[in-house]
Amino acid sequence: MTGPAHIFDKPNRYIGKPEPRADAARLLQGRGIYVDDQKLPRMVHAAFVRSPHAHATILSINAEEARAATGVVAVYSGEDLAKHVTPYVGTLTHLAGLRSMPQHPLAVGVARWQGEPVVMIVATSRALAEDACELVYVDYAELPAAVDSETALDTGAPIIHSELGSNLAWERDVVVGDIDAAFAAPDVHVVERQFRFGRHTGVTLETRGTVCDYDPSEDQLTVYYSGQAPHMMQVIFSKHLDLPEENIRVISNDVGGSFGIKIHTYGDEIATAAAAKLLKRPVKFIADRFESFLTDIHARDHIVRAKMGVTEAGKIVGIDFDDLTGIGPFSMYPRTSAIECNQVLNLTGAPYVMENYRAKGRVVFQNKTLMCQYRAVGHPIAMAIADGLLEDAARKIGMDPVALREINLMADDSYPRTSATGMKLDDLSHKRALRKLTDLMNYDGLRARQTLARKKGIYRGIGFVSMVEVTNPSPMFYGIGGAPIASQDGATVRLDAGGALHVSSSITEQGQGTNAILAQIAAGVFGVDLNRVKVTTGDTATTPYGGGTWASRGAGIGGEAMLQAAQALKDQVLEVAGVMLQTGVETLDIQSGAVTDIDGSVRLTLADLARTVYYRGNELPNDLNPELIATRHYRVTDFPFVFTNGAMAAHVEVDIETGFVKVLHFWAVEDCGRVINPLLVDEQIRGGVVQGIGGALYEECHYSPDGQFLNATMADYMVPMASEMPEITIAHIETPIRHPYLARKARERREQAERPRRY
Amino acid sequence: MSRYIDISLRVNGEDVRATVPSRLNLVDFLREELSLTGSHVGCEHGVCGACTLTVNGDTVRGCLMLAAQADGKEITTIEGLAENGQSAQLQAAFTKHNALQCGFCTPGMLASALGYLNTGGSADRDAIRQHISGNYCRCTGYQSIVNAICDVIEETSI
Repeated sequence: MTGPAHIFDKPNRYIGKPEPRADAARLLQGRGIYVDDQKLPRMVHAAFVRSPHAHATILSINAEEARAATGVVAVYSGEDLAKHVTPYVGTLTHLAGLRSMPQHPLAVGVARWQGEPVVMIVATSRALAEDACELVYVDYAELPAAVDSETALDTGAPIIHSELGSNLAWERDVVVGDIDAAFAAPDVHVVERQFRFGRHTGVTLETRGTVCDYDPSEDQLTVYYSGQAPHMMQVIFSKHLDLPEENIRVISNDVGGSFGIKIHTYGDEIATAAAAKLLKRPVKFIADRFESFLTDIHARDHIVRAKMGVTEAGKIVGIDFDDLTGIGPFSMYPRTSAIECNQVLNLTGAPYVMENYRAKGRVVFQNKTLMCQYRAVGHPIAMAIADGLLEDAARKIGMDPVALREINLMADDSYPRTSATGMKLDDLSHKRALRKLTDLMNYDGLRARQTLARKKGIYRGIGFVSMVEVTNPSPMFYGIGGAPIASQDGATVRLDAGGALHVSSSITEQGQGTNAILAQIAAGVFGVDLNRVKVTTGDTATTPYGGGTWASRGAGIGGEAMLQAAQALKDQVLEVAGVMLQTGVETLDIQSGAVTDIDGSVRLTLADLARTVYYRGNELPNDLNPELIATRHYRVTDFPFVFTNGAMAAHVEVDIETGFVKVLHFWAVEDCGRVINPLLVDEQIRGGVVQGIGGALYEECHYSPDGQFLNATMADYMVPMASEMPEITIAHIETPIRHPYLARKARERREQAERPRRY
Repeated sequence: MSRYIDISLRVNGEDVRATVPSRLNLVDFLREELSLTGSHVGCEHGVCGACTLTVNGDTVRGCLMLAAQADGKEITTIEGLAENGQSAQLQAAFTKHNALQCGFCTPGMLASALGYLNTGGSADRDAIRQHISGNYCRCTGYQSIVNAICDVIEETSI
């Protein structure tokens, strides 16, 4: 091979290597800086009086004693803050017909869920603020609550927003082909099932929180933000607190888990920013665990009635389903609470070939905590519907469920193509993934052992899912609908005088290893050792502009921008080197921190080059204008989203006396395109699987009929523990792709595997 | 409104004297008064394990103990463990196996793992899983954490 080494073959090839994260040491020594670790001069602390009722009119608030209590600095009601914060509405224009009502940081007039903030107390310590909360007397008149999503649309149900006339937030129908005729065909068997997906929530180990600091001398608001989308929040603070966008700086240091929980607009956090502005000093709010359960977005909450038709020979003819989703009393701002249902309508059955499809989605308001996008938005529901029905169909026609999948999965050589619902799909590998999975788990052996065990009265089950995943969304996801959410991201890379790289990016780190993969890409593409790359993310003042990390987009979009920026800087540096060395650029490369000949022999270290440029420019020709910094931005253009795929299986044992389910083992085969760092990807997948098992078997937000959250403690809400989780075997397929995405997926979810399990 | 109590204790090898509200819990005292922010507060009711630290050699929940109860005691937080090298092997193994993501559970997880090692725990994966079940991790699948702890035990026993 001639010419410069390819980025994947060079000495500094880091893409694809299991490099440990550079920031692990810091976190392991307790040197992380999470929001609650921030201490600022004159900082005061917020606590909230929250509605004890699911639905109640606020008749009066008496906070006189609270105002006079020790340490109290300020007390605000909903009306007080409404004078300083403009209301927000969680609708987007591309979700036609979606309705919601204006929301205020604190309830004004009516409280619509248990936990909604009603009064804010700011005091010199959190403990004193909580003491003062006890001295606030709110007179409520309880209203009937619409709690159960199944009855929320009934005539006579309590209407949460009288202006809307009903509790319907959004509905959408998808009709493809003629499902009734397909189901009525002579050799077609129809299976039917109702699925109930309970509410669960993210339980980020670090609760939500914020420190907001306002400096009136510069009209500057600085927000320490535990979240995923700093630039989005910059716009939101600007818009609703009447501050110029450029006067708002949002900083995310270490984030103690997010999973989609911390990417939304929460009243208590907006109130904290408003209080900082009003008080002209820093205000900290850190939710306690009870507040987190009551106010962090919840997820799922679907009731689905679904049918699948399959021929005697095992060909799926179509799916017909009705999804009812309960979202709480408002659609969440700014991403809305309709995306989850929309994903279910779009993605159900997407791995399988079928001609007929009919789906109805209804999204309803109810007096519970708001529901919104949490990890793997809509995917677990969509995959459970199709693969759950498929297991029923296999049983009905007496076919092995793997064989039935083999018949119906889209062929690996059939792309590009569309799904039944019109989703553009490319470069997927369902069949390879399923085969790799059944090999990995020794499917035939497992089935034989299952039969043997059953004879001894041991009940074991093997469940499968073939799945697609929405990743790397284009502007079609949010931007088109009017949300201040960037679909593009930027990366900057700078060669410093010592020969090291400093990179910054608009994607963010919540523990996935964002900073690690940015460094790997920059080091490998440019040509320095990994330990010579420093990374900055999570600061609107110092990084390029972009969307952040969510929807499996960090590696695919932010990583691609990083790759292009590193390539651009390399070209710029080689141009300078060519002049300094009086040689053609095409004969030069950069390897291990030095400009080299193509064969790798060192000509000039990067430190020498950079120092010449920075300190001794007199040695360079006057017409050479060295630029040792490069920025590139990237967005997805050809597709609304980039789909990835995988196949997973669970082996479980059921105690038929108690109903207790033990997951014995779990396998996941994943095609995310090129794996940048298998060490990071594998444990991300395992984490997704464990959250999925949690959602399927352990986690649920239980409500009483009158809307009281019954298990809002860590002891009562069951988070998966190490002892009950299985060993999880991971394997990868890396399908070469025709598109320039470095890693098509990011590393979300895997949890959709969990639900469609048959015993 | 709360009573104050004088305490004197050793924290990470340094003598500390303080006057604390009687209701102040140990982890809040360490974080807010001593700025030892490596111990994290995840649930404040003794379930999640993020505030796990060492008191007189015992593994303890920092949120279930009052600062006043620490009078006369010897406390070691993650900062102390990192400084004195007691957890160096575990830290190296956690790095090697990527046994952390967001890092919020990590200081408590290390304290629990160290407790397991110090009481002669074996490289039995189920036993390790049982032992760390008082420490929630929401990011990893726990497997890498078990791998890291196993590694240290196996290396030490050679």
